[in-house]
Amino acid sequence: MRIPLAAAIGMFFTALYFLAAIFAPLLAPYGYDEVVSSGFWDPPSAEFLLGTDGIGRDLLSRMIYGGRTTIFVATAATILSFTTGSVLGFLAAVAGGWVDQLLSRFVDLLMSIPSLIFALVVLSVMPVTLPVLIVVMGLLDSTRVFRLSRAVAVDIEVMDYVEAARLRGEKTAWIIFREILPNALSPLVAEMGLRFIFMVLFVSTLSFLGLGIQPPQADWGGIVKENAEGIVYGAPAALMPAFAIATLAISVNLVADWILNRTTSLKGGRG
Amino acid sequence: MSDPLVKVRDLKIGATVYPPGEKPHDIEIVHGVSFDLEKGKVLGLIGESGAGKSTIGLASMAYGRGGVKITGGEVWINGRDILKTSFKDVRALRGGEVTYVSQSAAASFNPAKKIMEQVTEAAIEQGKFSKKDAEARARALFAKLGLPDPDNIGERYPHQVSGGQLQRCMTALALCPEPDLVVFDEPTTALDVTTQIDVLKAIKEAIHDTGVAALYITHDLAVVAQVSDDIMVLRHGDMVEYGDVDQIINAPREDYTKALVSVRSIEHEEKPPSGEPVLSVRNITARYKGTKFDVLHNVNADLYPGQTLAVVGESGSGKSTLARVITGLLPPREGEIEFAGRVLSPDLASRTRDDLRELQMIYQMADVAMNPRQTVGTIIGRPLEFYFGMKGAEKRKRIIELLDEIELGEGFIDRYPAELSGGQKQRVCIARALAAKPKMIICDEVTSALDPLVADGILKLLLNLQKIENVAYLFITHDLATVRAISDNIAVMYQGRVQRYGSKSEVLSPPFDDYTDLLLGSVPEMRLGWLEEVIANRKMESAGN
Repeated sequence: MRIPLAAAIGMFFTALYFLAAIFAPLLAPYGYDEVVSSGFWDPPSAEFLLGTDGIGRDLLSRMIYGGRTTIFVATAATILSFTTGSVLGFLAAVAGGWVDQLLSRFVDLLMSIPSLIFALVVLSVMPVTLPVLIVVMGLLDSTRVFRLSRAVAVDIEVMDYVEAARLRGEKTAWIIFREILPNALSPLVAEMGLRFIFMVLFVSTLSFLGLGIQPPQADWGGIVKENAEGIVYGAPAALMPAFAIATLAISVNLVADWILNRTTSLKGGRG
Repeated sequence: MSDPLVKVRDLKIGATVYPPGEKPHDIEIVHGVSFDLEKGKVLGLIGESGAGKSTIGLASMAYGRGGVKITGGEVWINGRDILKTSFKDVRALRGGEVTYVSQSAAASFNPAKKIMEQVTEAAIEQGKFSKKDAEARARALFAKLGLPDPDNIGERYPHQVSGGQLQRCMTALALCPEPDLVVFDEPTTALDVTTQIDVLKAIKEAIHDTGVAALYITHDLAVVAQVSDDIMVLRHGDMVEYGDVDQIINAPREDYTKALVSVRSIEHEEKPPSGEPVLSVRNITARYKGTKFDVLHNVNADLYPGQTLAVVGESGSGKSTLARVITGLLPPREGEIEFAGRVLSPDLASRTRDDLRELQMIYQMADVAMNPRQTVGTIIGRPLEFYFGMKGAEKRKRIIELLDEIELGEGFIDRYPAELSGGQKQRVCIARALAAKPKMIICDEVTSALDPLVADGILKLLLNLQKIENVAYLFITHDLATVRAISDNIAVMYQGRVQRYGSKSEVLSPPFDDYTDLLLGSVPEMRLGWLEEVIANRKMESAGN
């Protein structure tokens, strides 16, 4: 199998970010909340490769630890959103009738409220901890996954092999996990990449607004917030996380595009 | 002597294939085919799927479908080689000098535009006619093709006319720009037999009256015998035999042509009813949820153990709905189904596991009847596991036995459906049904999507399995040749009612009711002049007209 250049680049950078996240304590030269310099917004030097932040912490270390938090929260929320969204979406398609109506209208209701506003309201009354953050983000995003999975499953559901399974007397669980899921996997996997990026943006936005990851813990949105003032003094610290988010988003998209292409096109795909 | 209108020399066509698990590579799918076609003549291209007939038809418009390219040879039309002319010239050729009629008119018309606009589009676009002249010509063609209300039918949208009428509209579309050559690609294959006759007649007369040349592509030798002057038999991209109709039909030289001519000659001795019926359909009336009319009216039929009841009728006659009622997918409004001595619950969800096991089903489209992500072993093994709790070596042994029964063998156990041919897929579906050890199998048009020779193989297998397993078949089909080959009893259905019911010999012997007469008379026979004879002797208009 030949991997196109774009996908290879995407994979390389995606892997780089994930490895950096996993091995953050080994890679980061300093601790994430360690004040290492008496100055603030020091320019990059041999000692501090990306310079320091507004209170004299090493920016590279904060970026690596920040990536770890952001990627962890986004990954966990994506997994939650996919399991909930796809299982309920498949169930709605297979069960039909009032189950479908109830779930679909509830999802419509949730989607009619902008996720960010909804999240802000919920997080302002709940204690902001990592599990709460992940659950709120994951559940809000699962509405999108629900829509997609339901649409894909409705197409598969009318296939004769699903009817054959029903006539055999198979239970709903078998129909969902053995007949529909394997055939719905490729569009879902591609969508997963996109949802993951939305999660990264979502958690960064929440942190930037002060309702996401709480300081002193580092995360990319938080780093932008902490260093926003520095822009005025010509310190680029706030742009670093923005750059990281952008490169991660593009890389993951390149990979997702390739997966989608490979599995659904007529040429060589089996989708 | 002047050159013929169309002269094809040593045409070679290649395509890129993407076999699962291998690197994509190029193969040749047409290996050097040559023919001539004079003005006003019809050449029939015949062969099974994959023979290259459609590919050759499209190549005569200098076109190759996705991944297909013309790699060699010459296609001369009106004295120039169209494979070597400029793209601009090819544009003028397509829709002008050469036009195309596809198999599915329903998929070829734009549903959002009126028929007239689409029929005249090419003629106006090519600058051959003004809008007014093109519309006048279209109306004349509608009349010639026997469409009702030819002056106004063009104002309708494609969904407002029947399938047979739309196919004739498409013929009008192809003839409107006064082409020199029309390529007909299976134009009647998707139609019911009684409708097919009207379309065939219309096409034949239109070709004759307008004096165009035509390439007529089909897999049905009996059909092509009615319309062509010459026939070319193709197989795997090679020419097998090329001659005039009379010679091909009455004195075929090659073995392959002989096999095609003698297809569907299975002899099946009808058995008298014996014992208690395994299935009794009693006074079934049914309608679909949310609709206000019944699609089945008071249907009655019996099926005896080890026998075959053929349910025959055209599309819309309710035969597949009957299958849905029997399987419990559509609970009937009235009536009951007695199966193996017990009354079945009308609803699938409340049937016992034994009810489900003993009543199996085989579908028309084997490709969508099998999960593409499951191996043959999983597909056949699941009923064994589900109904009999078999596991491991015991299950594998039984799967291999079943694979042997359907004449495929152990080597197929780890293959995916995508790696099987159409006939092999249908065999796997048969094995899946047999795995449940059923008393009865519903076969819903199981041979309709297959090539004639492959379909013959499936029918022989089914008959053979019936002898071994003593299983009863409810065989739904629109094809009377299949009915003759396999049935013991026949139910002829028409508009949701059983029109005629009895043993094969009774149903197929006169006196006939009007509908059965029409249906029996509409099955193309492999002899010249049959079409004219049928048209002359008809008592009843076809339902699709």
